[in-house]
Amino acid sequence: MVSIRSIASHPSSLSPNDLPWKIVHREDRCTLCGKCAAVCPVNTLKLTYMRKRMPKIVLNSTERGSSYKTFVGIRQNTDVGRRCIGCGSCSMVCPNEAIGPVHNASDRYRFQATAGGGAITRGGRRNEPGASLLDRIIFNRISMLTDPALDAGRHEFTYNTLLGRVLPPEEYVRRKLSGEWIPPVREIFPFVIGSMSFGALSPNMWLGLLQGVAYCNEVLGIPVVMATGEGGCPPWVLKSPFLKYIILQIASGYFGWDEIIRAIPEMQCDPAAIEIKYGQGAKPGDGGLLMWFKVSKLIARLRGVPEGVDLPSPPVHQTLYSIEESVMKMIQSMSMAWNFKVPVYPKISGSTSAKSVLNNLVRNPYASALMIDGIDGGTGAAYDISLNATGHPIASNVRDCYLDLCKQGKQNEIPIFAAGGVGKNGNVVQNALALIMLGASGVHMGKFIMQSAAGCLGSEQNRCNVCNIGVCPKGITSQNPKIYRRLDPDDVAQRVVETFQSIATEVKKVMAPLGRSQSLPIGMSDALGIADKDAADRLSIRYVC
Amino acid sequence: MCRLAMKTASKPFSPFSVLEGMEAMQEGYDGSGLGLLLRGLDFTDYKYQAGDPILSGIAHTPEALHRLNNIMESKGFELNYDHEFEVTRSMIEAKDRHKYLLRAYKKPAAWDSLSEDEVGRELMLTRLELRKNGEENGGDLTAFSLWPDVAMIKEVGWPLEIGQAFGLNNDRIKSRVCFAQGRQNTNYGINLYACHPFFIEGVATMTNGENTAFVPIKDWLSGKGFPGYMGYQSDSEVFAHILHYVTKQLKLPLQAYKHVITPLANKELAAHPQGDFLRGLRDVCRRLIIDGPNAVIGSLPDETTMVVMDAKKLRPAMVGGKPGEWAVASEMCGVDALIPDRDRSKDFQPMRQHTIIIPPDRQELEIWSQFDQLPLIQAA
Repeated sequence: MVSIRSIASHPSSLSPNDLPWKIVHREDRCTLCGKCAAVCPVNTLKLTYMRKRMPKIVLNSTERGSSYKTFVGIRQNTDVGRRCIGCGSCSMVCPNEAIGPVHNASDRYRFQATAGGGAITRGGRRNEPGASLLDRIIFNRISMLTDPALDAGRHEFTYNTLLGRVLPPEEYVRRKLSGEWIPPVREIFPFVIGSMSFGALSPNMWLGLLQGVAYCNEVLGIPVVMATGEGGCPPWVLKSPFLKYIILQIASGYFGWDEIIRAIPEMQCDPAAIEIKYGQGAKPGDGGLLMWFKVSKLIARLRGVPEGVDLPSPPVHQTLYSIEESVMKMIQSMSMAWNFKVPVYPKISGSTSAKSVLNNLVRNPYASALMIDGIDGGTGAAYDISLNATGHPIASNVRDCYLDLCKQGKQNEIPIFAAGGVGKNGNVVQNALALIMLGASGVHMGKFIMQSAAGCLGSEQNRCNVCNIGVCPKGITSQNPKIYRRLDPDDVAQRVVETFQSIATEVKKVMAPLGRSQSLPIGMSDALGIADKDAADRLSIRYVC
Repeated sequence: MCRLAMKTASKPFSPFSVLEGMEAMQEGYDGSGLGLLLRGLDFTDYKYQAGDPILSGIAHTPEALHRLNNIMESKGFELNYDHEFEVTRSMIEAKDRHKYLLRAYKKPAAWDSLSEDEVGRELMLTRLELRKNGEENGGDLTAFSLWPDVAMIKEVGWPLEIGQAFGLNNDRIKSRVCFAQGRQNTNYGINLYACHPFFIEGVATMTNGENTAFVPIKDWLSGKGFPGYMGYQSDSEVFAHILHYVTKQLKLPLQAYKHVITPLANKELAAHPQGDFLRGLRDVCRRLIIDGPNAVIGSLPDETTMVVMDAKKLRPAMVGGKPGEWAVASEMCGVDALIPDRDRSKDFQPMRQHTIIIPPDRQELEIWSQFDQLPLIQAA
């Protein structure tokens, strides 16, 4: 049967009520300044002329029965590509609080977002609202019996961690006596700014982070390090004394490594470490993906590619057959490049096979750590299905790996770093210390630092999440100077510093009542409790209620 | 909080005098138990042969005693002396104590070809076998120590009363070193094995405090695969095992113990003559860093005794004495009770950086600061 084409309803047609975010506009407050429409990163808003009929009772037959009024109002675009993303930029610029997005939990958009045949993609996060498992773990081994309470404000606390291969004590004493090589070990703050590439992040964001990290190290004495992600590192940083605060990542696309290798002779100091990325919690099985929107002239130069092309890294390191081979080749090559003075470690997606990888590393004298990125990890660009449903939660993954190391007596030798959802609801210290007491030596955090230091608008309700297309309303993940100039690096640096100061204070506020001040409580699982019997059993911690 | 008392003297003395020292500090403990370690033994009714291993423990039933005898005989031990305590049963809370064991054996002849270390290992394994046998039989056999010249007594109750119940005031046993601790346990259930002092291959410690880093330390020691690193009914047992690990496995000098359990901070290490070595040592022994308030008193096979503090000096300990006899107690009144006729102006309260070592000759205290050069191996 031939359809009636004049009807404005087809399978993919959506109304504002069908979208995940609906714009509420109050005409009585609107001044028609147009700032909202100008700032909207996805051009969902349009100021448009509209006409409405003004019926009235007419007594005089010479007049018409109705009159019309023309007005200027806001229309919300319902195209999939230009739907409201809920970022709230409109409400931020509105002088009269006349406009803002409202979340719509019963949207139909999700069924229609595959228009054109592509699977849904986004940047950002997993979108799982509510308290995470890590949010539900509490610290309950309070020293009440014999312990004079430690004073978080006045006592000295040691809470740094080690990144690097730590020898068994017998072997250390033997090597030290005979003058043999001792693997490099870095003492770092256990909260690491996770891998976000120069390319994923805007130059201003990157600069702000680095400034903040340098201040934490050089003024506050908090040895914070940050990881680059795949995509290299600006040459001026490579040749600067700040390189020691940076973990350089090499991933399957090897982007930026031409610059890095060439800069080695001119480096003033060694990098903090080298991270070899094999997998990412947010998108296991995928390599990095920098969409063409973000491949600016600067990024193209750093990465050694043409401008404006998609940069999908392959899922695997093409030269490698297996993790065993990788352990042999890449870790050793990277170690050799810096004369065995820089820790080199792999980063993998959270996985049931993490223990196998770990056991490989245990047998390799050059492997310095293992970084496991859980399913709640963030990303600059990924398929929804990868973000939402592919990967392994970090808590049990870390716990299994740690207990496996304990059985072998190797838990001090290969530090496990954990990532994936640390601080996703703001409870960064609670989440991190839970992971540390489950056995992690430290955590990496990406989304949290973007939210805390730069005001990233993302939320677990699929708010914003357009890091992939370079229109970040805050200028955090854009390569468009018109956008990223909104972000002042000095402001970001200030917030980085404030964030780490508050983290350090909160760490002490947890450690003090537990009676711990001399070392980071790695593996102190007797301090943990959760009101969930199954989770408690799975993690071998105490069930409390 | 519990209380500690330790006395070491060139001339053997009665352990009861140490219990009197404990009594002086009676406000500081709950009377839930007593642990005694005697080293350098002197029996009025037996001439002890140096080197003969002495078994300390409890056979809770006649069957357990029978099994014990079988095990020891099958291994080739020959019973030389079986000390019969004059026990007043009515003064002891526990009712399942068939026989308190304090027996001197002659080593199996088959061990004659073994080195001293190997003999020590065999003695430890024998003790663990006895312990395991008891645990497999409903806990009817408890073995505290099996080592030359060392006796241990552990029982639930008020320390002085236990001493009286055991007849320790009759001077039938004396020793040159005596450790006493007056509490059963801090964090975990009441269990004879949880009572201080703790013993492993000739090394013993007792502690006043709470080791809040217990679980990670226990996990690490358990993973070493060394058979003696087990038990852990008390959070303080790891102090003995760490002392054993540092001195016997790493073969570092006694002073390194302090650097392992309470390492210096970075800025302090930067100014230390062996800072580079010690920083590395801190990293590799990171899982052995203790935490919480602790005063640790240790005893080594050569009758050296020592005292160290936690890194914040959150627990008390006082050292006093004179050439030939020294005492350590949690409180000054304890030292007063143990050695009243000393020069009190020379009493010393160790601070966070100190390791007090009383060498076997007992002529003077060695007050060693963590900031000082280690008497180390060329390494550093």
